[in-house]
Amino acid sequence: MIKVANLTKKFGSNISLDSVSCEFKKNESIALMGANGAGKTTLVRSIMGYYHPNDGEVLINGLNPIKNRLDVLEHISFVPQLPPPIRLSIGELMEYISVSAKVDKELIKYYAAEMKLDISANLNKSFFKLSGGMKQKLLIAISLAKKSDIIIYDEPTANLDPKARDDFYRLLKQNEDDKVLLFVTHRLEEVKDLVNRQIYMDLGKIVSDERF
Amino acid sequence: MKNLYLIAYLDLKESLRAKWFVVYSLVFGGLIALFFIAGVTESQVMGFSGLSRLLLMYIQITIVILPIFILITTVRSISGDRDSHVLEYMLSFPISLKQYYWGKVIGRFITVFLPVFFAMVIAIIYGAFKGAAIPWNLFFLYTGLLFAMSSAFLGIAFFISSFVKSSEVALGLSFFIWIFLLAFIDIALISLMMQERMSSGLIIFISLINPMEIFRVAAISLFDPQLTVMGPVAFYILDSMSQTVFVLVSILYPVTLGLVFAFLGYKIFEKKDLV
Repeated sequence: MIKVANLTKKFGSNISLDSVSCEFKKNESIALMGANGAGKTTLVRSIMGYYHPNDGEVLINGLNPIKNRLDVLEHISFVPQLPPPIRLSIGELMEYISVSAKVDKELIKYYAAEMKLDISANLNKSFFKLSGGMKQKLLIAISLAKKSDIIIYDEPTANLDPKARDDFYRLLKQNEDDKVLLFVTHRLEEVKDLVNRQIYMDLGKIVSDERF
Repeated sequence: MKNLYLIAYLDLKESLRAKWFVVYSLVFGGLIALFFIAGVTESQVMGFSGLSRLLLMYIQITIVILPIFILITTVRSISGDRDSHVLEYMLSFPISLKQYYWGKVIGRFITVFLPVFFAMVIAIIYGAFKGAAIPWNLFFLYTGLLFAMSSAFLGIAFFISSFVKSSEVALGLSFFIWIFLLAFIDIALISLMMQERMSSGLIIFISLINPMEIFRVAAISLFDPQLTVMGPVAFYILDSMSQTVFVLVSILYPVTLGLVFAFLGYKIFEKKDLV
């Protein structure tokens, strides 16, 4: 599904990704780990087509994520580490997602309810005015409702309380078949029951890649 | 197209809720209210009175404040979203960069143009209610000029927003461009003219490629078709084109300028790293 070949990305003189190669296939759940500045976020952003590589390439189902942006992003769900301060109301955000990605709003509400978040009561509320945990729950609900083949989570449980984490893990277990799940995390123990592969990055390179 | 309208619609709704929009609308609406309260419509200067005088005053103040308002409120639309990681999330959905960018441009254009336009409409309605004669020719000319001015500075703002990484730099650049163009309305050009280092024709050409200057000249052209208040400048302008052509140029040139800058901004947005 995802093929990264000799990918190099530089920011000025700083090499963020140094000829990285890896492949993620269906039914793989990967914990992407490493210290700050190791290149995890750069790798994720390259997969999403946000960065133009200096060398090498990324292919998602054989397609370049920059040139075939729409086709590629139809297959990807993404939840960032910190929910961004989106000023749209929840209703407007759901409208944006429903029109652009053809996501069923009722399904978003369903997954939000499963995460113990009542959307209907907050439809007119600005997204950025929700609490950190509520924002994270909504973004997770959206990521699941999108029914993508590839789900990328950047520290998804950072703002969640233990009960919400359990809900999140339960929903992921129900939705993991035939997918690639990529978790960017500093704490393996939080996702160890979900992942079957662990990649460790340092200084822009993959230094270990274990399957279990 | 559906996504384009969606982005425009959502940007418009977001802007309408923003504090800057309230201030922006109050400033232009307040100006008109202030003119009525101050009795501008009853005053007479250089033979102009009533609503014509009010609209002329409104447009003269707008020349100065509209560009900076548009620049500082718009320049952060993309760079601000990039700064706060909003862009990273919003662009994780299958929406084309073209639809996202131009949707933002359309939404923001409506936001900046409508308050200045409606302020004029309110003046016309209130003036008619008070029994004043309505200068329709002025109203249509100023609507066209405000449309052109808004297009020009919106395009410039989106151009800056597309390549600047932080909001602070974007704001700094906006102020620089505004001061630069404002200075070239008179101060710099008069000093260049006095030093006689360049030909007058060249200086006038430089001044007329400045959208703020062309806006100002066009704004008085209906009152003063011979542009006599401009002295020798009128000779160059009216020698090169008729008054009607000049008015058309003063509308079409800023619109084109805005579109060119907006297009360049889009090209940069498309080619650069998105976040």
